[in-house]
Amino acid sequence: MKNNPPRVALFATCLVDAMRPQIGFAALALLEQVNCLVEVPMGQTCCGQPALNSGDQDGTRKIAKHNIKLLAGFDHVVVPSGSCAATIKKDYPDLFETDPVWHAKAVDLANRTYELLSYMSDIWGWRPKNVSCATTATYHDSCSGLRSLNVQAQPRAMLASVAGLEMRPLEGANVCCGFGGTFCVKYPDISNAIVAEKAAAINATGADLLLGGDLGCLMNMAGKLHRDGSKIRAFHAAEILAGMGDGPAIGETA
Amino acid sequence: MNAFQGRVTAALADPTLKTAIDRTTNTARSKRAAAIAAWPEFAQARELGRDMKDHVIANMEYYLTMFEANAVKTGAKIHWARTGQEACEIVVGICKAAKAKSVTRSKSMLGEEIGLPHALEAAGIERVETDLAEHIIQLAGETPSHIIWPALHKTREQVGELFRAHHTDPGELATVEEMVSSARRNLREKFMAADVGISGANFLIADTGAICTVTNEGNAELTTTPPRVHIVTAGIEKLVPSMVEAMTMLRLLVRSATGAELTQYTTFHAGPKQPGDVDGPEEFHIVLVDAGRTTMLAEGLAEMLRCLRCGACMNHCVVYRQIGGHAYGATYPGPMGSVITPSLDGLETSQDLPRACTLNGQCHEVCPVAIPLPTLIRGWRTKAWVQGYEPLHTAWALRIWEFFALRPVLYQLASNLALRIMPLFAKGGWISKMPLAGGWTRYRDMPIPQGGSFLAQYKKRQAAK
Repeated sequence: MKNNPPRVALFATCLVDAMRPQIGFAALALLEQVNCLVEVPMGQTCCGQPALNSGDQDGTRKIAKHNIKLLAGFDHVVVPSGSCAATIKKDYPDLFETDPVWHAKAVDLANRTYELLSYMSDIWGWRPKNVSCATTATYHDSCSGLRSLNVQAQPRAMLASVAGLEMRPLEGANVCCGFGGTFCVKYPDISNAIVAEKAAAINATGADLLLGGDLGCLMNMAGKLHRDGSKIRAFHAAEILAGMGDGPAIGETA
Repeated sequence: MNAFQGRVTAALADPTLKTAIDRTTNTARSKRAAAIAAWPEFAQARELGRDMKDHVIANMEYYLTMFEANAVKTGAKIHWARTGQEACEIVVGICKAAKAKSVTRSKSMLGEEIGLPHALEAAGIERVETDLAEHIIQLAGETPSHIIWPALHKTREQVGELFRAHHTDPGELATVEEMVSSARRNLREKFMAADVGISGANFLIADTGAICTVTNEGNAELTTTPPRVHIVTAGIEKLVPSMVEAMTMLRLLVRSATGAELTQYTTFHAGPKQPGDVDGPEEFHIVLVDAGRTTMLAEGLAEMLRCLRCGACMNHCVVYRQIGGHAYGATYPGPMGSVITPSLDGLETSQDLPRACTLNGQCHEVCPVAIPLPTLIRGWRTKAWVQGYEPLHTAWALRIWEFFALRPVLYQLASNLALRIMPLFAKGGWISKMPLAGGWTRYRDMPIPQGGSFLAQYKKRQAAK
């Protein structure tokens, strides 16, 4: 780390940028609490995951190069999504296996890239202070964050320090919600069957809130819960940790 | 609607199928979890199993030669088959030479893969499936829907009806025990009357030339011991160097498959009946089958040849657990099938299989030999993309999106325009129907965007500072 405090790029992700800017502002608030010098590079769009998972490696490489250039020079790059962070951290280096110059750059970026919730806990040992949210909540582990980046204990540990928040365990919290990026629109019938089971498990917790660390999965689950008339409201965990839990949940108007 | 999606639609519309899948896979997952939790060395054994398999695959010729030499010493006759068809012809040829009228078969996925049941019937040889679940699906005229529990798609109620229709003196069939008794009574005579017994092999042990079978019903032993001739069909990837490695692999296999520490029957078969033996076959044939294995090696799928056929990946697959095994339309279903089938049957006809996956990674997590299934599945998507199999509308949608993703200014302009249009379709905070979003909104609502993009709002906020 060249700078103290570190110069941090917030890579908001395309979904947060378009659908829920509040997660971006929650991330900024958290990063400022640990005194990072946060910047939001204006040239950011998407990590390239839709292309990667559709098999378009050439297209993904172009986007990866764009991001590698964009994010050069920052001490850390922080991403409020496990799956987008994993794409940069795990997949970018693999994409350039036969190109030593870009491979080295991709590895360098991978080493500086973090998923937001684990970054706050693992790197800074941060816990919320004077944040309260008097309600009950349950937490879904999104698959990429869980299996590629080992994000599991960190969000729970930080949420445990939110005053008044009672966490309820979710049966099958580590089981995929059926989102799967483009999977959910390519195979909507299968995706629906999977998310219907997930929604039933969420409803069974009796919690008021559903929390998670990936907006794609949260939109899938929240969208299903809403379609089925459930009253459970969904937030990104960062929003609760930044004290924004009294604002509108996903799909609610201010 | 293509054939895969047709099968998916049918499967999702069948609540009995879902009940059957849940009953078996839920039990399998919880039993496996308990067995792994009670085995502190699991992670170590998994690495060992992975490395051992990789070592054998990298030195396949060496170990196959060793196995052949040692098996010949036990009195076994070794046959080599390049294709499934060659393997079937060899097996049918042995049966005909033995003037076999009836053969018993103990469950073997390789047999299913190469079409052996059909080949035997086409040759006019009576085929008796002796594994209880294989017996069930033989009566029903179906194919396996799971590699460990071939009749997983059937509820016990459906099995009761089947036995009532096909068994002699089925009895009450009110309990599982009564069903098993009826199958036992009906199968027992066939066991004793068979001329040839055909089994698979879970392991080929190179330094002894023995083969290993694991079952929970003892049907493999009754298939291989009373008949005059025992034929083993085995994929060449089943090799292990010695008994030491076989023991590690057995522990990994059985715990991952059923959550037991060991199967009820674990038998090592080495050669035909020897002078002084009270029983055993007079002839012992081992058919070593390639059937696409070396092609997989050449196609960059070497890791897939580690597979022990335990079924843990499908038990933990959210897609398999909704659509069941038959929807995959191939011998091997679930994640491992989605990797193997495009290699065996060709990618063009099976391109949906690697695509119909959420890449959630749980299959890799539970795989006892750490096969990177999601990576291999994504590898097929890459090949499908390069070969132009991606449906035109999604391929173009992606290309347009990539065009914008590489041009941030245009991207923000287009994005903020879209974000202004989307709320027009909303009621309250949610969109329940919108052009181009049917795949999403058929089953879920979409939250309306919160306003301008994050970058636009951030820029405004910075300017106001």
